[in-house]
Amino acid sequence: MKTETAPVIVTEALSKRFGTVEVLKGIDFQARDGEVVSILGASGSGKSTFLRCLNLLELPTSGRLHLLGEEVRLREGGKGAADRRQVDRLRAQVAMVFQNFCLWSHKTVLENLMEAPLHVQHRKRAEVQLEAMALLDRVGLTARADAYPAQLSGGQQQRAAIARALMMKPRVLLFDEPTSALDPELVGEVLKVMRDLASEGRTMLIVTHEMAFARDVSSRVVFLDGGVVAAEGPPKALFGGGFNQRFDQFISRFSQPAA
Amino acid sequence: MDWPFLLDTTLQLLSGVPLALQLAALSLTAGMALAVLAHAAMVSGVAPLQWTAVAYTDLFRGTPLLVQIFFIYYGLGQIPAVRESALWPILREPYWCAVLALALNTSAYCAEIIRGALAAVPPGEVEAARACGMSGLLLCRRIVWPIALRHGLPIYGSEAILMVKATSLTSIITLTEITGIAHKLIASTYRVVEIFVAAGVIYLAMTFLLTLVIGLAERRLSAHLTHRRN
Repeated sequence: MKTETAPVIVTEALSKRFGTVEVLKGIDFQARDGEVVSILGASGSGKSTFLRCLNLLELPTSGRLHLLGEEVRLREGGKGAADRRQVDRLRAQVAMVFQNFCLWSHKTVLENLMEAPLHVQHRKRAEVQLEAMALLDRVGLTARADAYPAQLSGGQQQRAAIARALMMKPRVLLFDEPTSALDPELVGEVLKVMRDLASEGRTMLIVTHEMAFARDVSSRVVFLDGGVVAAEGPPKALFGGGFNQRFDQFISRFSQPAA
Repeated sequence: MDWPFLLDTTLQLLSGVPLALQLAALSLTAGMALAVLAHAAMVSGVAPLQWTAVAYTDLFRGTPLLVQIFFIYYGLGQIPAVRESALWPILREPYWCAVLALALNTSAYCAEIIRGALAAVPPGEVEAARACGMSGLLLCRRIVWPIALRHGLPIYGSEAILMVKATSLTSIITLTEITGIAHKLIASTYRVVEIFVAAGVIYLAMTFLLTLVIGLAERRLSAHLTHRRN
């Protein structure tokens, strides 16, 4: 790996409990600037919850969270953020791409892209629009700028959602199973956009079931099992086998040939 | 059919339309304001406020509008405290009693419409807005309310139509809107069929126009649901 860059996300003993169910049992994690980290794990391992804690869509029950060198001030017992303004400010720099795209249904693709830059970041309309069109070109949606989300395929919606996230000029991109809701033939177009972003040196955290993508694109893989980090390391080491028994079991389920 | 009589009747009944529309417009406006308050109380998280709001909507949705009109017009005047209060000059007037009853009634339904419309806003879209750094009023104004409006409008349209028709009940407390005039004409001519047919047609025309307006607004707001893939 290259020389150490600054950590952009740090968690210390991050825990999350839903009622009596402890989903995250103390996660120590670090992501450095420019890293592409794939977060893998069986369903129920807490990987989505962990990602959602990172921009406070879920509130950690205990532990500490540092975003972009700033400690997020949390109240005890998962009661929320102590400082709403701080959360809003940090969230705008830690963009999220959702499994179900979550584009705003009442706005066109272009409006979806322009919404937050205009109303959260208060940037100039002309400049925002140029940037939005450039990003739509990049994800191949120029022709659909004036379409509404319901008029797009899943793959198109997810590409638009990625462009929407990029509009914030975020320091970190979080992807929560970005291809899991897509028809198999649409997965490739979304992964292509993500590969493209990774090659630009963007900091990305990706919760995914796309093993080939995790192996080929990420600089580091984190394997969650039962709410803790069971293994982590460069993809070559993990996917090479024999690094971690649970991880080997986990990926063996993916490599079984389809019936 | 006595066409000249029908025409004459219709013209006389039409003179009641402004009052009917006024009652409907006033009570819908005041009702919406009350509904917003009632809904705010429901989601306030303050238990006594929540109970009050729930009791309020249950009471006004659970009793007939006619009973509410009677109670406010005849009932309140029996209470000395009301007669001596500063509100008496208003509550003495059948017009304001009608507006009050209609407004209270529709506000209970509207509070439920608001609740349903907000509940129908997809949580994912709200999360996406939060993830972009939106919160509070900005989040409501840009994302939650516009989406809720699109869910609520069709149901609200029905409620508005119901209110236009409900104004006919106020004839019973002496208001001379369309139905009130119809009663008077019947008392002097005994020609029930022609007069009620004409009254019915007038209500039909009013609600038809209202449906048209609401349909237009719905179409404008729901461009995002019309499929035009290309």
